[in-house]
Amino acid sequence: MADPVKFMVDGQHLQAPAGTLLINAAKEAGIAIPAFCYYDGISLQAACRMCLVEVEKTPKLQVACTLPVAEGMVVHTDSPQVRKARKGTLEFLLTNHPLDCPVCDKGGECELQDMVFRYGAGESRYRETKLHVDEKQWSPIVFYDAPRCILCYRCVRICGEGLGVAALGIGNRGAAAEIVPNKGDHLECDECGACIDICPVGALTSGTYRYKTRPWEMEHVGTICTHCSDGCKTTLGVRNGDIMRANNRDRSGVNDEFLCVKGRYAFDFNENPDRLTAPLVRTNGELKPVSWAIALATVAKKFSEVKAKGGTFGVIGSNHTSNEENYLLQKFARQVLGTSNIDHHRTGDVATLLDALSGRTNALAATADLYTTKAALVVDSDLAQEHPFLAYQLRANWRHHKARVYAVTPGPVREDNYGTGVRAEPGREFEALDGLRSKLAAEPELLILFGAAVKGEAIRQLVAFGDSLGIPVKYVCLVDYSNSRGASDMGVLPDLLPGYHHVSEAGLEPGMNCDQILSAPNLDVLWVVGANPLARQPLAAANAFVVVNEMFLSTETARRADVVFPAMSAYEKNGTVTNVCGDVQKLTKGAKTMGTKSDLDIIALLAKEMRADLGATTPEQVFEEIRTAVPGYQKLPFGVIETGGAAATSPLNGRVQFDPRPELIRPAGNTLFTSGTLGRFSPMLNSVIESPGALYHDPHHRPFIEKGSGQIVTVQDK
Amino acid sequence: MRYNEPSPLEVRVISQRFDLPNSASIDTYLANEGYVAIKKALDMTPEAIIEELKRSSLRGRGGAGFPTGMKWSFVPRNTGKPTYVICNSDESEPGTCKDRLLMENDPHQLIEGMMIAAWTIKSNKGYIFIRGEYRYLIEIVDRAIAEAYERGYLGKNLFGSGWDFDLYTHTGAGAYECGEESALLESLEGRRGVPRLKPPFPAVVGAFQSPTILNNCETFASVPVIIRNGGIWFAELGTPRNGGTRLVCVSGHVNKPGVYELPMGFPVMRLINEVCGGMRNGKKLKAVIPGGSSAPVLRAEECENLPYDYDSLAKLKTMAGSGGLVVLDEDTDIVAVALRTIKFYAHESCGWCIPCREGTTWLKKILTRFHEGGGQKSDIDLIGDLADNMLGRTFCALGDAAAMPTTGFITKFRDEFEAYLKKSQTTAPVPELVNI
Repeated sequence: MADPVKFMVDGQHLQAPAGTLLINAAKEAGIAIPAFCYYDGISLQAACRMCLVEVEKTPKLQVACTLPVAEGMVVHTDSPQVRKARKGTLEFLLTNHPLDCPVCDKGGECELQDMVFRYGAGESRYRETKLHVDEKQWSPIVFYDAPRCILCYRCVRICGEGLGVAALGIGNRGAAAEIVPNKGDHLECDECGACIDICPVGALTSGTYRYKTRPWEMEHVGTICTHCSDGCKTTLGVRNGDIMRANNRDRSGVNDEFLCVKGRYAFDFNENPDRLTAPLVRTNGELKPVSWAIALATVAKKFSEVKAKGGTFGVIGSNHTSNEENYLLQKFARQVLGTSNIDHHRTGDVATLLDALSGRTNALAATADLYTTKAALVVDSDLAQEHPFLAYQLRANWRHHKARVYAVTPGPVREDNYGTGVRAEPGREFEALDGLRSKLAAEPELLILFGAAVKGEAIRQLVAFGDSLGIPVKYVCLVDYSNSRGASDMGVLPDLLPGYHHVSEAGLEPGMNCDQILSAPNLDVLWVVGANPLARQPLAAANAFVVVNEMFLSTETARRADVVFPAMSAYEKNGTVTNVCGDVQKLTKGAKTMGTKSDLDIIALLAKEMRADLGATTPEQVFEEIRTAVPGYQKLPFGVIETGGAAATSPLNGRVQFDPRPELIRPAGNTLFTSGTLGRFSPMLNSVIESPGALYHDPHHRPFIEKGSGQIVTVQDK
Repeated sequence: MRYNEPSPLEVRVISQRFDLPNSASIDTYLANEGYVAIKKALDMTPEAIIEELKRSSLRGRGGAGFPTGMKWSFVPRNTGKPTYVICNSDESEPGTCKDRLLMENDPHQLIEGMMIAAWTIKSNKGYIFIRGEYRYLIEIVDRAIAEAYERGYLGKNLFGSGWDFDLYTHTGAGAYECGEESALLESLEGRRGVPRLKPPFPAVVGAFQSPTILNNCETFASVPVIIRNGGIWFAELGTPRNGGTRLVCVSGHVNKPGVYELPMGFPVMRLINEVCGGMRNGKKLKAVIPGGSSAPVLRAEECENLPYDYDSLAKLKTMAGSGGLVVLDEDTDIVAVALRTIKFYAHESCGWCIPCREGTTWLKKILTRFHEGGGQKSDIDLIGDLADNMLGRTFCALGDAAAMPTTGFITKFRDEFEAYLKKSQTTAPVPELVNI
């Protein structure tokens, strides 16, 4: 890199790499230059004129957000001229602003309020009438109050540039200019709410939050979204145990700016009226609320009896519970119940990938790699639907670093718009990949993300294809739910212990898988922890005693239960989860629902009731045990995770011995607006699905190219 | 057609064919030295053409007065990208009505000027961006373009040189802002007409992200005669650094308003008294807005011995701008003029940046109240301060174009504003707005 440029700001001698914008160079030195429209990571506007500074030997004030530092430049950010300009700009901004701060959602965390407080005038010279335009609702999520808008165009840019959706534009001109949806009177978009969170004022507000609370009444709890597997940090705004909102304004997680509609707004399942608040035990054919003591005793007694008579247990774990809960559940099953009949809904064939890559280092991509890799290949996944953050991050990598992105998919995907898109009939992906071979081989490196259609032998074939390119390749096996990866890593599998070691190493026989459990006629006990397997397949054993840990009664599985334990949601407990790329992050308790317990506590209390010693039973202790005992999770940096960071696991530890059952890999098939069984309990997601702008509510993902059509088409070649 | 009688004091260079029968037709053009310059230019190197323009002291006729030769020399060569030549005929500055005459009466002169520009940078494509309200001109220019294609003056392999040049018209949608060159490019490319960040300037990154020559219609129209007769010849028509002639659009309280082609440096008072037949109804001159409505006003006494060229007007902190000269007589209500002016800019502000968007509207509201008799003494200083808060702080020059005349009115005619306060207290009848 060239020599740094030397310059002076407010008497301080500074230096920065050539090309650094003055606003950023000053910020590095602790000199704040105020701005509304400047926003890191999106294009420059220079529209708000708030960042004007005085540069010596330049007649006019200069815009610090577009001015690269130059050798010998002398800048004053606090001269009388600059102060007057800022004051003038803020005075202009307030002329048509309604000044309805007392009832504005943004009051207390509004950039306009803060700017006027710091740089503005105490009184206004404006005594004319203000322009007024009525507030508009553009979707179940997005409301726009034009008079509050300062037209910084951040919303327009994050939607167009960040998301690639471009649902917003600008209408009218002059003082009547306002933000408008590009499709008439409503939004046709991802409903992600990025526009709302990026709004510096209260012009854009959300249907889930508006007029509910004052910002200072909430506590802010950073935790991990409980919907898809991308592991986005979401900061819950909690008031008296209730979640008021979720956002990521502090850009603290792996997801930087990003959250999708689920991460920002689908927390509302948490206070669904259907939420269970007391244990239920079936008496005379009906589920009746009982005390925790009775429910636990009932289940412990049943478990002990069945175990004593050598009966058959089946345990089905969750894609949403924490690593600690998954770990403790399999430990309970194997040590207390003495069974390996344990499984979960598998959404990706992680084990086969780990086996195919055994013996390698640097072959698994961490989340951060998506933003830095020079090239990426997506096979058989509509990332924008199923992994919205991964889609955002690839796009950000293209925007900021010109990464090349290739997509081989049956249907149109968002990556087509800026990368190379190839439509391939399902099952003919490898022919399409062969067509891309020379291009891919010319890349310096490649990150391959593949969906659930690539499983079993196809994964080995994909790795062989990657090897044949002769360049460094990293892989991501796409799994679908918030802790799908953790369930797999923690050994919620019939033949694998935590860390992908075969059960025989613990002197156990492989147990029944999910399908076998559900279809076993002689099953005595089925324990389902945070899952809804009966939605897909009925339970064959009519007389089985069914125990369910669940948040809601109305799931197919809970309705069949003999005992239902009311479980906490992921937003109500501490622990860790592992995202799709194998990064471990911390769940932090935010909300409270009276009467519920965490699955960890339920497992521990049952063990206690059965006089069994599970050892560690608090989230912290179990995490320590995982860090000590689980291959791939050893040496995880505690400090990084504890402080809200993401730590990559390294589960490549030699061959994985297991019974590959590709037919058990069943993708969730979620769209942006669905989230398995959990999504049913989010009124907001349901309202979005029903709104006219919901573009992506077809749950079938109708492929562009049907199976059997024999087609491979390159639609976009960039 | 011409809308006013020519004056014997005019020096008819670019308007020389205006009065010929069928002046817009290619036959008339060809019979009167038409398409001679392009053939001459084809034998010249780009450097020689640019040198000729530099010698001519031709300066941009759109408003800023930037030397045209220098502008063309900024266009990078051999970037591997296509290059474009774009004519700014989005003539919207109040008081300006010259480009319409050039397109109406002599469109081939414009086409030839653009061809010379295109040949200079080896461009194969040009656009004439015509103000949306000039519907009828689009037909005339399109017809001229069609004629040029028919006769082989546009299209492939022109004059056997192997060089292709295609020319198109494109209409604006009625926004003054699209006369700002980068907003024009946005509009041309199909987007909302808001200005772009500069640098890069259009010469380097212009239309479709490519190097572009973008000039005013009159500027292009001046090019053929410069190539034909030489830069020195053109320069000597005007004053030093202010080469050639210019179409001056005179409106307001004179006996013979109209568009007159006059050499640069022609005295303003002679323009009013001799070319335009003096003040209407024998009234006394009060003020002159010298270069379109964004030029700060001049008091009558400042116009004595004032040559009409870029540099002389700049010395008086105003500008020749787009050549629109508005003459105001002693009965003119300056407050009403100030209001009419700011109304225009408030209506035309694109809304992109805060000081222009909010400042123009606020000024309009104050001046409206002031004009209606609700003014206060503090308003005068407030108007001045708001204009000062806009000046030099907006994204593009539209904010300056609104602030400069406003400042001009209240500094040069503060007495009138103050008198207005007294008058309004006596509920004097509200004067009618002046149309400028």
